Amino acid sequence: MRPTVKFLSKSLIEQIISEAKDILCKLGVKIENPELVSKLADYGARIENDASKVFFTNEIIERALKSVPKSFQLFDSSGNETNNFSGNNIHYTPGSSAINFLDYESQDIKQPLTKDYIRYVKIVDQLKYIASQSTAFIPTDVQDKFADSYRLFLSLLYSGKPVVTGTFTAESFEVMKNFLVTVRGSKEALKEKPLSVFTACPTSPLKWGDVSSQNLTDCARYSIPVEIVCMPMAGFISPVTLTGTLIQHTAETLSGIVISQMTNPGTPILYGGSPAIFDIRYETTPMGAVETMMIDCAYNEIGKYLGIPTQAYIALSDSKFLDAQAGLEDGMGATLAALSGINNISGPGMMDFENCFSLEKLVFDNEVCGKTLRMIKGIEPKDDFPAISLFTELLEEEHLLISKHTRKHLRTEHHFPGSIINRASRSRWIEEGSTTLLQRAHSEVERLVSEYSSSHLTDEVRKELINLMEQEAKTHGQGSLPEREV
Amino acid sequence: MELLNQISEYLQQGDDEKVFELTGIAIKEGISPKEILDDGLLAGIGIIGKQFKNHEIFLPDVLLAAKAMQAGLNQIKPLLERDKIPGMGKIVLGTVKGDVHDIGKNLVGIMLKGAGYDVIDLGKDVASEQFVETAIIEKANVVGLSALLTTTMPVMKEIISMLKEKDPEGNIKTIIGGAPVTKNIADEYGADAYAFDAANAIDQIKLLI
Repeated sequence: MRPTVKFLSKSLIEQIISEAKDILCKLGVKIENPELVSKLADYGARIENDASKVFFTNEIIERALKSVPKSFQLFDSSGNETNNFSGNNIHYTPGSSAINFLDYESQDIKQPLTKDYIRYVKIVDQLKYIASQSTAFIPTDVQDKFADSYRLFLSLLYSGKPVVTGTFTAESFEVMKNFLVTVRGSKEALKEKPLSVFTACPTSPLKWGDVSSQNLTDCARYSIPVEIVCMPMAGFISPVTLTGTLIQHTAETLSGIVISQMTNPGTPILYGGSPAIFDIRYETTPMGAVETMMIDCAYNEIGKYLGIPTQAYIALSDSKFLDAQAGLEDGMGATLAALSGINNISGPGMMDFENCFSLEKLVFDNEVCGKTLRMIKGIEPKDDFPAISLFTELLEEEHLLISKHTRKHLRTEHHFPGSIINRASRSRWIEEGSTTLLQRAHSEVERLVSEYSSSHLTDEVRKELINLMEQEAKTHGQGSLPEREV
Repeated sequence: MELLNQISEYLQQGDDEKVFELTGIAIKEGISPKEILDDGLLAGIGIIGKQFKNHEIFLPDVLLAAKAMQAGLNQIKPLLERDKIPGMGKIVLGTVKGDVHDIGKNLVGIMLKGAGYDVIDLGKDVASEQFVETAIIEKANVVGLSALLTTTMPVMKEIISMLKEKDPEGNIKTIIGGAPVTKNIADEYGADAYAFDAANAIDQIKLLI
């Protein structure tokens, strides 16, 4: 039995959805994209005095919901399936788009550079429990205007894992889509085997800006999967109650689903989000708050009720270092997410309210992910019945260390964490250098960087990617790209 | 030599039947028992030890390899004795008086045997005199003492002192271990070595002999 956790009853889910639809129909959504608004009007939405205010109808919401795929998959650059977003399957992906980078030596934040990003990709490429990459932070040694496509370029160049990404401008979509088509070989092949998920974020409360709404439609045109990431903040720009915030989250997400499905029915969607409570004392949005995690798990239940795969920013921390708070918040978030069956769990590596990324935390979080992946396999009997013969052997031999039963099941029944999690006796721990968790995590970072080797792209594809990126940089007036190590 | 490499390989795979069979063939082919020991059995168990330390393999793999080592060793032992080739060493092992916890000590015994040592396991709740007498009579190289309880741990000090009286030249070394034991306690008790686990006990005993 797969262990699960639930926060909402069926009747509460249905009531929340009903209230959310009511809001979409009676209060509407502001969409700052005239072309899109006009298409929505043709689709059956009502536009009133303010040309950007769109009132949905139950009919168009239902029509959109019917065409959303109930599951979809991601594939690596070689075409192997890495993520199967269906049922209660879970996959981890690093947190995305941090503006700061935690430097190990100084334990201070710094502006991330190309070399930091490459180190990150080399590491995430090898992490066993993290299925995909994300464009985790923003290198600052290229112009802001194309930093979004540059992150995706580096990710695709150094790792074959699929990428969770997003655009900062509507214009960037073209080159980013071209990168993906180049790696996959054709538009059709990319549709057949998605290599990426784009993130589209409405602005709470109940608004879509021109860039995010354009991105949503652009992705739909190419059948590129999108995660709709609403960010209501309970007590500030959404109701203080968790139920009230869930109504808003549902309304905002449903509006995104309508935009996407109207553009291209059948476009894969992750019913996602990054909501949080608002901590009125510090004016911050704690991702490690228990209520934030409860909202995440609950909207995941709503998404599942609607038959749509889900995503959440949940396995992350607000701490400034890799400390006990980070361990607590990551561990609790990942455990709840895994038990809830959130299909794409975003967060590893991220800290400081999604502002800062740490490589040491990323490799630590990989261990957290590993434990939860074991946990959800649950407790299943394996050659345990009838028990008499095994216990006869135990009583005769006085141990089962080399029993066939042990050898058959040891490596699957017990999860063996990597070197970051210390399980040595105190004496052995001293003998092996009395290392702290942070030191062990850093050693792991260095080991992974030094052991990296990847040849997932052909020379031809590699050259084409570099060519596309250089052209994009030139159009923004940057003659050359920062140096890249091999 | 191919045959000895095969013995090493099958030993690493924990295949005691194959190691038994191939050791017999090696003896028949006239390969010296010292060569079979060094280039076949010990070569294999050495690789296993390294892999275990690097967390590449787990305890059951080590114990299976140890069992295979025994299968080969039992065959060449009489020949080694005939040729007066000294063994790896003789270890007297036991849990001290008043303590009946022997899981850790047993594990040390299994692994020592697997590594090619002669092990005399006195069992648990062993009288202090018995450790000393057995070590002298058997001309043991090392006495290994185990305790789980803080209340029985001081018995180790008593045994070490008794042994020093009977063996003033210090030919018989002592090593201690068990949950409450630390390097500092080993130093305080005058033990020659301390081991924090079974694999470490083998490393420490290698240094003592």
